[in-house]
Amino acid sequence: MGNVVAMILAGGQGTRLGVLTERVAKPAVPFGGKYRLIDFTLSNCVNSGIYRVGVLTQYRPHVLAKHIGIGRPWDLDRKDGGVEILPPYVGRNESDWYKGTANAVYQNLEFLEENDAELVLVLSGDHVYAMNYNDLIDYHLLKGADGTIACMEVPLEEASRFGIMITDVEGRIVDFEEKPPKPRSNLASLGIYVFNYEFLKRVLIEDENDPNSSHDFGKDVIPRILRENKGSLYAFRFDGYWRDVGTIRSYWEANLELVLPVPSFNLYDPNWRFFTHSEEMPPAYVAPEAKTSTSLVSEGAEVYGEVFNSVIFQGVRIGKGTVVKNSVIMTKTEIGENCYLENVIVAENVKIGNNVKMGVGEDAESKLDSKIYTGLLTVVGMNSTIPDGVVIGKNCVIGVGVKPEDFKTKKLESGDFVLPREE
Amino acid sequence: MRVLGLILAGGKSDRLWPLTKVRASAAVPVFGKYRAIDFTLSNMVNSGIRKVGILTQYNPRSLMDHLGAGKEWDLDRKSGGLFILQPYVGPNREVWYRGTADAIFQNMTILRRGEEDHVLIGSGDHIYKMIYKDMFNYHLKRGADITLLVKELDETYNLSEYGIVQLDQDMRVVEIEEKPAKPKGNIAFLGVYFLNKELLKELLYATVPQGKYDLLLDVVIPNLDKLKVYAYRFDGYWRNVKKGIHEYYRINMDILKKEVRDELFYRNGKVYTKLKDLPPPKFTSTAIVENSLIADGSVIAGTVRNSVVFRNVRIKVGAVVENSIIMENTVVEEGAVLRNVIIDKNCIVREGRVVEGSGDLPVFEKRAVL
Repeated sequence: MGNVVAMILAGGQGTRLGVLTERVAKPAVPFGGKYRLIDFTLSNCVNSGIYRVGVLTQYRPHVLAKHIGIGRPWDLDRKDGGVEILPPYVGRNESDWYKGTANAVYQNLEFLEENDAELVLVLSGDHVYAMNYNDLIDYHLLKGADGTIACMEVPLEEASRFGIMITDVEGRIVDFEEKPPKPRSNLASLGIYVFNYEFLKRVLIEDENDPNSSHDFGKDVIPRILRENKGSLYAFRFDGYWRDVGTIRSYWEANLELVLPVPSFNLYDPNWRFFTHSEEMPPAYVAPEAKTSTSLVSEGAEVYGEVFNSVIFQGVRIGKGTVVKNSVIMTKTEIGENCYLENVIVAENVKIGNNVKMGVGEDAESKLDSKIYTGLLTVVGMNSTIPDGVVIGKNCVIGVGVKPEDFKTKKLESGDFVLPREE
Repeated sequence: MRVLGLILAGGKSDRLWPLTKVRASAAVPVFGKYRAIDFTLSNMVNSGIRKVGILTQYNPRSLMDHLGAGKEWDLDRKSGGLFILQPYVGPNREVWYRGTADAIFQNMTILRRGEEDHVLIGSGDHIYKMIYKDMFNYHLKRGADITLLVKELDETYNLSEYGIVQLDQDMRVVEIEEKPAKPKGNIAFLGVYFLNKELLKELLYATVPQGKYDLLLDVVIPNLDKLKVYAYRFDGYWRNVKKGIHEYYRINMDILKKEVRDELFYRNGKVYTKLKDLPPPKFTSTAIVENSLIADGSVIAGTVRNSVVFRNVRIKVGAVVENSIIMENTVVEEGAVLRNVIIDKNCIVREGRVVEGSGDLPVFEKRAVL
């Protein structure tokens, strides 16, 4: 096997996650009680024995950069190789923002060169999955391919949401359709690619010189290779768990799936650990009067109330008489006494007072953005404070850093929102 | 002020048997994810001590594995950092440490080298949280030769198991009785010494070559008249795990009290320990958990009350665990009942098995199958 270098695309804003990505890039969004989305891809790399990793950042990179640091939690603090954060920089042009996924890798060809890349794994930093990339690479080498794309069979009725591959009997990709209205196959691209370096370099340079290209792997580079018959692309079928938690609804669902007795995504597999940078915290404490079932309750959490079917992150406090149901509560959030929270996502460092109700009432369309907030879930942005006694309906949004005085009223109808006052 | 930290962690402690069959008392697991030494070590690091020597001797493997290169305590340093000081064979020297003073004497190099002015000597099996800075200031202000950490012990301690200290009204130590049958007071020495490094060297050279090997009995007590030995009072939570299985059990149960958790976990800095990267604890639909500490990686499907559950434990459906301590990787199978027991790491409690302890606390050793 040649020298493999992984390039993790971690610049995405993830606009469909609304307030959850207002301050952090999508790969830095917390997931599963103690992780951030990028942990899954980083852990897959090291579990696959790949210790040369570039992380391509762009949008709000500082939480991500702090999280990754020198890569110690993933054993990526190496003398040779390891992890390197690759932000855009001013080059020949005044500003070289990454124009697309392909352009981001193009701008870092030098990094690949320096690392003597023979094979390049192009990965997304915001997917939840466990994959041994060696299976993909072995397949790629066996087929003698120039590039191989990991694909998954999806239900045909959902195929129009994905990039769909059409393959011949050998598994070679003969055609590709981006989000086709009438899909000819159900083989969807997972945005996980392996390329021979020399081949990748050639097609990226060609793509860069194409004024009509948006410089995206899925939209431009892959179709161009197929259209102009530049090289052989194969589809590698993956049959494990894979999720792009791109919407508030899918984010919430994927979190809550973890609490099932036999979850489809196994965090507990001793042979495939997920590593993360997390704060040192004592074990979770559950009080005598507390009730906790069908939930993850992370380290440092102290539960005095009741928690059902929920994911509770590190250092969360849940006061006496408070009920938390079907919810995701992120790190260091404190919930007071006698509250009721149902179907909510509460981001980090939020303070919720006593006697607060959230996620109750009629269904209603979001007045803030009905494209993003569709799931009837109420979402609270990080660092906000919700005062005592406030009642908040379904599908509501509390912005990032909202202060008690931003609440004009004690009752928020379903679909309503509170944003911080402009300074 | 530059301070060298030394932690005495060689202790064997028969009274914690069988927990100490495979490990030094400093490496005994506590509170779901820690080992006893984490407290003193974290206290030192949180107090700004950047160079720490750990004196080990008895069964050091688990301790060494736990400490590693000192990474978790930020002690993996180019200058300073963590030093494991084990007995070794050299020209003209004995191998085993014959006592606490001898242990330090045999590692004179760490005292000779480095630019520290003072030495803080602590013990690896004490559970407490403290920033030592006020004690250092007190030592300097008093112009003390040696400052000893002391605490007034209440009736929950057996005083005749501790070093009982007599003080004058100035807090100067006038007498120390080690484990007196009839204690004259309730102020006990907590095993923490603070003194000038040069003085320590002098004292060790003056005693150890004469065949006197104990730091308290042979170095401090005979010099109480000649040296200014002061006591610095500690008022917080302090317990010694080495004092026996019941004490060990009691300490672990104490953590279920909010005020003890607040003090040990959330005040005076964090407690650092070796991380294991396990997923969050999971409570299934059949789980009933009350007044318990549950560590990472555990999956609870049964009932857990008033207990401390360590990392990666499985409590299966229908199993009941009450008033117990269940250590790492142990599996309690369906329908098993455990009350008032301590179960060491990697044990299996078979389906339907019932084990109840009472005054006589049953302890099951590592890898036991019940």
